[in-house]
Amino acid sequence: MTDAVTVTDLVVERGHRRVLHELSCTVPAGRVTGLLGPSGSGKTTLMRALVGVQRVRSGEVTVLGEPAGSPGLRSRVGYVTQAPSVYPDLTVRENARHFAALYGRGAGAADDALTAVGMTDAAGQLVADLSGGQRGRASLACALVGDPELLVLDEPTVGLDPVLRVDLWDRFHALAAAGTTLVVSSHVMDEAGRCDRLLLLREGRLLSDSTPAQLRTDSGTDDLEEAFLRLVRTQQEVGASGRGREHRSEGRARSGASRGSEQVSRA
Amino acid sequence: MSAATAVLSPRLTAATTGRVLRQLRHDHRTIAMMVLLPSLLLGLLYLLWRDVPALPGQPSVFDRVGLTMLGVFPFVVMFLVTSIAMLRERTSGTLERLLTTPLSRLDLLLGYGTAFGMAAAVQALVTVTVATTLYDLEVAGSLWLVVLIAVVDAVLGVALGLLASAFARSEFQAVQFMPVIVLPQFFLCGLLVPREQMAGWLQAISDVLPLTYAVEALQEVGRSAAGTGTMWRDVGVVAGAAALALALAAATLRRRSS
Repeated sequence: MTDAVTVTDLVVERGHRRVLHELSCTVPAGRVTGLLGPSGSGKTTLMRALVGVQRVRSGEVTVLGEPAGSPGLRSRVGYVTQAPSVYPDLTVRENARHFAALYGRGAGAADDALTAVGMTDAAGQLVADLSGGQRGRASLACALVGDPELLVLDEPTVGLDPVLRVDLWDRFHALAAAGTTLVVSSHVMDEAGRCDRLLLLREGRLLSDSTPAQLRTDSGTDDLEEAFLRLVRTQQEVGASGRGREHRSEGRARSGASRGSEQVSRA
Repeated sequence: MSAATAVLSPRLTAATTGRVLRQLRHDHRTIAMMVLLPSLLLGLLYLLWRDVPALPGQPSVFDRVGLTMLGVFPFVVMFLVTSIAMLRERTSGTLERLLTTPLSRLDLLLGYGTAFGMAAAVQALVTVTVATTLYDLEVAGSLWLVVLIAVVDAVLGVALGLLASAFARSEFQAVQFMPVIVLPQFFLCGLLVPREQMAGWLQAISDVLPLTYAVEALQEVGRSAAGTGTMWRDVGVVAGAAALALALAAATLRRRSS
């Protein structure tokens, strides 16, 4: 078993809207898997399903060999929400120590996690007094502190300066090298190139499951953002003409892509 | 889904208690208000009734009302503080995060109950000391029993606050649950009108409201030197109501949400 996560025919509905449409995918163990797609594509919903806090309509999510959300997984899976979920009225160190205690670890583990995200100097500060980027790192430290086998990070680099962003990505790869499986979401395509594996999501469907190199080769461009857009267009044409995957109208404007899909699906 | 509900870890409950108390420690104004406000309000009541003569053979109005207030204050304050604290956990995402950790729902709720119960003990010690020294409050029974009843009332407030927060989507709604939960219990507890003089159906409602028993327990301590059977039964009823509210609150905490 080299897959840390297996998702089979996952359907999630929110209100009357279907957010994930029979989505199936896998996440390889010990790698950094990027979950990319535009805002509203279902990235957060999929991540919530992985950590077992999302009510699902149907389908199966298996994480580290157990159904997602099993009590046994709670000390093995770390989750960092998009908005920093730490206590603003506690110091950074107190936050890290609290989550360390919940994972059965001591103050040493909390200090290590703070070092890992470069927050040692701010350890004594109240989270309420921190900048947005610092809060995000404090929140990340509170997940690292449990030394989880699977780390699910929802847009962890939003609001970070480029230097810190590179630092964090290096940290993610160091964790993966040590055996941790990481699922990292982003809506910035330039981060896609840093992932070992890429899951591209659009409108609740899996658009592609490949690697940055594969994606570049398949789409014939080095620009991953452009590759994503070409993929979207190809997909729409496949949907329109059934098997006609070679029909590719290069002239279609970028902004016209989504409007195009409506016309196509009505046809 | 409910497999982890039964699990209760004293270590994780204590971690939660410690965390809630540390949050409180950073909030100096809240601590000051929690500790001093009941004493100041009680002082106002003392001055209000100081020159009103008591009926012969009856305790003074302040002795009767002031003692009862020692149970009402912690109930109201802890209800409000807890419902806001829990609402913050829900809206800030920390609750969702906690639910992905080994912490069980009961650990979380008992952690809150213990932390605010301890805060209530400090509040009660200060208020009882001030009331009996500065305001000459007469209590026939042990003052420790008064503190005990105040703490049990506080835990009831915490438990109902945790439960009420599940039905509040905003702070505006949460604070308005206070009059909904607290005022009817206060009106019907026997302080404003003796329970024997209430209409039968009002008395029946009064019978199922926990604050009624808290007030009766305090009145028992005020009247008799030794703890009476009625008093202990009343304390048990209040504690049972708190346990029931905590269990219901645990049931409203869903790990999975849509």
